[in-house]
Amino acid sequence: MKRAGSGFAALVILIALAGGAWPASGRLAAQTKATATNVPVIPHEAVPNFFKNPPGIYTGENMGIATNSKGAIYIYHRANETRLFEYSPLGVFVREIGRGNYGFAFAHSVRVDAEDNIWAVDEGTDMLIKFSPAGKVLMTIGRREDPVAMLSNMPGAGAFHGRNANYRFGRETDVAFDQQGNIFVSDGYFDARVVKYDRTGRFVKAVGTRGAGNLQFNTPHSIATDFQGNVYVGDRGNARVQVLDNDLNWKASYTTVGNPWAVCVSGGPGPKNPGKQYLYVSNSWPDSAPAAAAEFTGEVYKMELDGTIIGKFGRAGKAPGEFATIHQMDCRNPDVIYTAEINDWRAQKILLKAGAR
Amino acid sequence: MRRLAGGLVVAAALAAGGALAAQTAIPEIPFEANADLLKTPPDVFLGEVGGVGANSKGQIFVYTRTGHPYATLGDNRTFARNGSRLFEFDRTGRFVRELGQDVYGFNAAIGLRVDAQDNVWTIDAAASQIVKFDPQGRVALVLGRKPEAIAVRTAPPAAGGGGRGGGGTPGAGTPGSSFSRPADVAWDAAGNIYVADGLGTNNRVAKFDKDGRFIRHWGSTGSGRGEFNGVKAIAVDAQGKVYVADAGNKRVQVFDPDGAFLAEFGNIGTPRAMCLTRGVTPYLYIAHAGDDDGMEDAAIYKVRLDGTPVGRFGTAGKMPKQFGLANSIDCRSEDELLVGEMTNWRVQRITLKR
Repeated sequence: MKRAGSGFAALVILIALAGGAWPASGRLAAQTKATATNVPVIPHEAVPNFFKNPPGIYTGENMGIATNSKGAIYIYHRANETRLFEYSPLGVFVREIGRGNYGFAFAHSVRVDAEDNIWAVDEGTDMLIKFSPAGKVLMTIGRREDPVAMLSNMPGAGAFHGRNANYRFGRETDVAFDQQGNIFVSDGYFDARVVKYDRTGRFVKAVGTRGAGNLQFNTPHSIATDFQGNVYVGDRGNARVQVLDNDLNWKASYTTVGNPWAVCVSGGPGPKNPGKQYLYVSNSWPDSAPAAAAEFTGEVYKMELDGTIIGKFGRAGKAPGEFATIHQMDCRNPDVIYTAEINDWRAQKILLKAGAR
Repeated sequence: MRRLAGGLVVAAALAAGGALAAQTAIPEIPFEANADLLKTPPDVFLGEVGGVGANSKGQIFVYTRTGHPYATLGDNRTFARNGSRLFEFDRTGRFVRELGQDVYGFNAAIGLRVDAQDNVWTIDAAASQIVKFDPQGRVALVLGRKPEAIAVRTAPPAAGGGGRGGGGTPGAGTPGSSFSRPADVAWDAAGNIYVADGLGTNNRVAKFDKDGRFIRHWGSTGSGRGEFNGVKAIAVDAQGKVYVADAGNKRVQVFDPDGAFLAEFGNIGTPRAMCLTRGVTPYLYIAHAGDDDGMEDAAIYKVRLDGTPVGRFGTAGKMPKQFGLANSIDCRSEDELLVGEMTNWRVQRITLKR
């Protein structure tokens, strides 16, 4: 029955194609080459076969990855169903969280907050689902479209709508938290904005329209905060990271590191000293894995928070240590990067080594 | 999306208009809430709670949306299946069992009621069906028929909604059980069945005898007496008077058992759920949400059967003692309610203080 469901989605896409109406809004301009030059290369290696699943357990497209304060690792992925797995710090499958809940349809990212709650970001249901560490649903934001209306009007692949509703998303992409527990959402494919909620889930503010100016977005795809509460938005279609202050005022744009599919600020969430913080930005290989783009995409940049590039590592590819379309990164420890990758259905544990050259 | 826009307009009007002043005159009822009542096994999750109800033993039944229906593919009938589940809990909130596994019409939960004989009735908005489970969990009666096939981006929604019906005049419905997104069910002392029908193209109340034989229906689309704009909830008092929550018209209309208009009252916001107490002096609890997300403007009103307000409690939000689209109320005990919410995926046990 589950296969019937995904097959049906395929049918809708076929219908859309037959009509010559591939929804442009879900598609982006071709991946661009990063313009930064003379960037030192940071030596790195991948831990071989780090993630270990028992027989009968598979991950699909690895869309989201995050660690908690104890080193547990969460992977939010698209298998036959969208599922959320927990792994031990040694990469061993521990358990599944949230299977079959109303908010899981099409994974996009996962984040862990300061209390080790797990936030699943699902672009299929337009919802954020907050789980306790034990896997209990604590809060949701956004609402899945009423299925009754859909029965007579299958939406298919949908399109940009810019609805900008306070408590509804348009294929939101990611979530981040500041030291006060405020919630920041990058929203998304069908809206073009950043939304702030307080820790009780109440709407505070939203900024952004579709476009290429300051505080305009073309698919805000990933979001992170630093210890001061600044917000880093991976403005994927515009090939830049926009930096906003805690009230969502524009501060800066970093424009030389390609199309940021995934952004990450080291140090982890919560009211503790994070140490010196770094920003990681993935100029990911496009998700259809085109051969041409493999020549100039796939690398990850390590930057100072002010945008100064420290170095880069990796390239597009499917060998260990190469990156097969990074969709999310965890960088709680700035020298240990976990990647969730769409192609090759995998995640990797990457160790960064000293001596950029 | 269209509904959302409408909801925002309503919310804005409420915030700006005199309705707010009228509300503040109603006293606040002090109350406590247990927002962590129901304990599910690790692999069972409540989604949007379409309906909650308790039986005479205090057992709690929850009809909840657990996913979207899947559509079959490749046959000459594309029909929907899955999407909702029915769970039973004991009075302390401990999970007991699931009922109705893999039945034909559990697609989009919209309501649940427990009758005087402890039968459990589920109302489904996508299957446009009402299913009666006896206390042993067997299917005892099915009203309405699930559409044999759903349209895939071709036809507009069929009038009538249910089964091979669909020929009815919009706003009136076809005599019988061709429901269009039915939303609630109630019974009189003789066991006659009253269906709130509903949120689709019908705007009517349909009456059946206790065996499910169609007796009559009344109502059409509009804002006059006996007309409805979204029939969301229904209740019947000991005298057989029928109370109908006319959500879009922001009022409750009262009818005699044959459908003759008796009275109407407002000042209860947009009524989305309703429950009639069974004590010597009965009251109506009416859940209001002024916006479609349940985050701006919400409360539950307690009113006398003539519409005189007694008090109100609760606000909109996601915290305990707040409501996110309360869609169902159980008031078997006048001072201890069960409230099921759509956007907060939970049931709260509310204890009112007098």
